[in-house]
Amino acid sequence: MTIVKHELRQGKTSFLIWTASVGFLLAVCVFLFPEMKGEMDSVSELFSSMGSFTAAFGMDKLNFGTLMGYYAVECGNVLGLGGAFYAALCAVGILTKEERDRTAEFLLSHPVSRVRIITEKLIAVLIQITAMNVIIYALSVGSMVAIGENIPWAEMNLLHLAYYILQMELAGICFGISAFMRKGNVGIGLGIAAIMYFLNLIANIAEVAGFLKYITPFGYCDGADIVTSGSLDITMVAVGITIGMIGIIAAYMKYMKKDIQ
Amino acid sequence: MEAINTISLTKYYGKSRGIVNLNLSVKKGECFGFIGPNGAGKSTTIRTLLGLISPTSGSAQIFGKDITKEKESILQNIGYLPSEAVFYPGMKVKDVLRLSADMRKMNCAEEARKLCERLQLNTSRKVDELSFGNRKKVAIVCALQSTPELLILDEPTGGLDPLMQREFFDIIRERNRDGATIFMSSHVLSEIQRNCTRAAIIREGKIIACDSVDALSKTSAKRVAVHGSVALDGLDGIRDKMDMGGSITFLYSGDMNILLERLSTGHITDLTVSEPDLEEIFMHYYEKDGDRA
Repeated sequence: MTIVKHELRQGKTSFLIWTASVGFLLAVCVFLFPEMKGEMDSVSELFSSMGSFTAAFGMDKLNFGTLMGYYAVECGNVLGLGGAFYAALCAVGILTKEERDRTAEFLLSHPVSRVRIITEKLIAVLIQITAMNVIIYALSVGSMVAIGENIPWAEMNLLHLAYYILQMELAGICFGISAFMRKGNVGIGLGIAAIMYFLNLIANIAEVAGFLKYITPFGYCDGADIVTSGSLDITMVAVGITIGMIGIIAAYMKYMKKDIQ
Repeated sequence: MEAINTISLTKYYGKSRGIVNLNLSVKKGECFGFIGPNGAGKSTTIRTLLGLISPTSGSAQIFGKDITKEKESILQNIGYLPSEAVFYPGMKVKDVLRLSADMRKMNCAEEARKLCERLQLNTSRKVDELSFGNRKKVAIVCALQSTPELLILDEPTGGLDPLMQREFFDIIRERNRDGATIFMSSHVLSEIQRNCTRAAIIREGKIIACDSVDALSKTSAKRVAVHGSVALDGLDGIRDKMDMGGSITFLYSGDMNILLERLSTGHITDLTVSEPDLEEIFMHYYEKDGDRA
């Protein structure tokens, strides 16, 4: 696990910044809830009359006056986007950076197989994403306890599980891309995460674009759907996991035979 | 036993030539020089041997093991010194050395300490803060700390000051005496001449000469320096003639009697006939369509 430890050390600063940022924003949102709860009746009324914007963020199905309704939308924006960006950034550069930073020669001239390199780097990505989600989950639960609200565990767990799967899927896609590139590009990772997010907004607004929910991992992370149905859309999750796995398999197939520049 | 054996090893980058039908044999315990200018195929050869790139065709074995099938086992016995040492940013020298040892699943702390002491390398500094020469020292310790059986050195002395170069070659000679095989690529021919027993010259991806350094240096051509005045026009076997007004130097591979006859017709104040150095021979090999001197 030498490479895992090395990658975790290398990614420590980025991990701490992203985890602290997303965790802090989520906690702030939760701490704002008691103050906003009293005004939620008028806010919910306002949001429900905003047409496409309301549908895009699923606010037509949620009650902002409840902790979970409020949290599902905030969580969707903060954890959804923040987590997706971090997962994409973490994975898109993990293989490429060796060639970009010209450390590939150092790494690959040691007696470590390419399978081991790919596997340990993948494990490092998964550990970082998992650790980020565990910390953020703990911060969210802690914040809810601190404001004295009853925690709707089932919805809470489902929401966080969905975002965890989303991040894993994006990481899988970006990991695959990383194996094909020579110059690591942060923009590609951020771009993919952003495009996926906006595809879900489009799918929410236009019924004809509903199929996009099967393409973007944000499709199965829609807080409104999860809270109202009390479950995840297994078909969308399965499609998402499959896409992520394809990315990982592609990474193995490409990197095993790649000429290192 | 052969430490390195390549059979028709070929590498093309798309349509660009890397190396073509490279046949190379380096015996175990040998100190072998690999000579060629930039772009000749030295690094491609080394990168193929290390498994960084896959050969287009042909094969290569290191200690009898196929480079494509038994890469990890081969690399366990190789210490590689790249021409340009690049490490992970933010790491201290001691962390880089430990990472390198950990990837070999070895504890090399004692050997690393000795090498750092000899090379005057401060292990507490961050690699980003080091000069090119000091980064090279880190790469040297990484390559040597596991006392590998085969050392592949790519332009090893670039960035090292003369004192450190001397210390480095002392270490390399000690390792060679202890049985390690050295494969050293360089375009500093004096390094090859002083330290290697055999050498190969590569041009445009092909080996154009491979022999002992003595044999490569020993040719029928002589470096002749004449002080005085003499007409050398029309004399066969003269190359690299330089007339410096009062003295003429040239490489001569013709009949020595004819040369002496011609010299006797002039007014000569001094005459030196010597073996050409490896540098001159190397240049000769690189002349377009040059025949062996």
